[in-house]
Amino acid sequence: MRHISTSEITSKVKELCIRAACELGSDVVLALEGFRGKEESPLGKEVLDQIIENAQIALKEDAPMCQDTGIAVFFVEIGRNATIDGSLEDAINEGVRQGYAEGYLRKSVCHPLTRKNTEDNTPAIIHTNIVDGDKVKITIAPKGAGSENMSRLAMLKPSQGLPAIKDFVINTVKDAGGNPCPPIIVGIGIGGNFEKSAILAKESLLREVGSDNPDKELDALEKELLEKVNNLGIGPMGFGGRTTALAVHIKTAPCHIASLPVAVNVQCHAARHKEAII
Amino acid sequence: MNHHPIKITPPLTDADVEKLKVGDKVLITGVLYTARDAAHKRLIELLDKGEKLPFDVKGQLIYYVGPTPAKPGQVIGSAGPTTSGRMDVYTPRLLELGLKGTIGKGQRSQEVIDAMKKNKAVYLAAVGGAAALIAKTIKRAEIIVYEDLGPEAIRRLEVKDFPAIVVNDIYGSDLFKIGVEKYKK
Repeated sequence: MRHISTSEITSKVKELCIRAACELGSDVVLALEGFRGKEESPLGKEVLDQIIENAQIALKEDAPMCQDTGIAVFFVEIGRNATIDGSLEDAINEGVRQGYAEGYLRKSVCHPLTRKNTEDNTPAIIHTNIVDGDKVKITIAPKGAGSENMSRLAMLKPSQGLPAIKDFVINTVKDAGGNPCPPIIVGIGIGGNFEKSAILAKESLLREVGSDNPDKELDALEKELLEKVNNLGIGPMGFGGRTTALAVHIKTAPCHIASLPVAVNVQCHAARHKEAII
Repeated sequence: MNHHPIKITPPLTDADVEKLKVGDKVLITGVLYTARDAAHKRLIELLDKGEKLPFDVKGQLIYYVGPTPAKPGQVIGSAGPTTSGRMDVYTPRLLELGLKGTIGKGQRSQEVIDAMKKNKAVYLAAVGGAAALIAKTIKRAEIIVYEDLGPEAIRRLEVKDFPAIVVNDIYGSDLFKIGVEKYKK
């Protein structure tokens, strides 16, 4: 067994919180630049220019690219031959507490009914998986509310099939309009059950923007949906244009014979995620 | 649609907003007040009780923003717009009192669009997520009330050349509808 200390987890999490808020992934920047070149709308081009410039300022000045530094979402893969000397949950939450304070990030977590702010951006949302090996891989994907609020889930009938899945995705993006800060990344989870489809959709957003889906059929579906979504004309910030989404990502899982769950997790252009392996 | 940015400085008059047309770029210099969900709720509760608002909204612009904390030496942290639709339920009451405009991102309800037409007010959008860039146009920031709300406290900002786009003008036009019509296939 390999021993991993909670203090090491806390310190990594702290660093990940700050880096995720300030450093936009090069895959997203590359996609923004690529779509900027193809954008037809003058206003759309200006918006994309501002977004690209903003990412450069954020990186240079260690400033959060967006004031909504999100609720902290973690995907943790724990090797079966690793032991942690305490509570993983406490270690992560302590890292969030320190990262959001020391990084001057916004504390955006509150009680759902009283709306009282917890003041330290905890608790984080933590998804864990046991995997082979003796390491712990921590991925943070802080999520702002602008795009999260536009996400939707449908329990379709199996008889409705693929056409209904496509309609649901396109209508979700259409209804979202300018609210989720387009250009967006559309994360789709198909199958599993109610909660599994939502987690699949969120996990799909971790894939590199511009990469192919390893499954050929899903890859073709992603490309078809991307074209359809961009033909909606919503454009950057919803002002009209050709760039509504930078990518569509799909993950699937087997589901019940009577079910066809579909979740669409909308991700704004501040598509933040960072990972560390301990 | 004007091609050069129009410079505006609140407080705005009817004549000022009459010049602003859907799709126009504007650069704002002067004072903006910030407010989001929780602050709006309190403002409306004051009005319901017949009390005075903590600042006179007449002619002013409200910016929907909850900034990140300022680092030492900074005026304000990152400060991009939040989704305006969450404030739709409160906005018409403030427009009745002479508020001349709001700044945020995303679409407004028909009720707000109608209230803007009736009260001669505009809705401007800033680029969502361009929070570090926008912060550079904010030269002063002070909390005037509701400090307990943290990022949601009402702040008085002094800005220079704050960039925004006219989404809804006083003539009832909506950039979100016009833009999508033009580019959909």
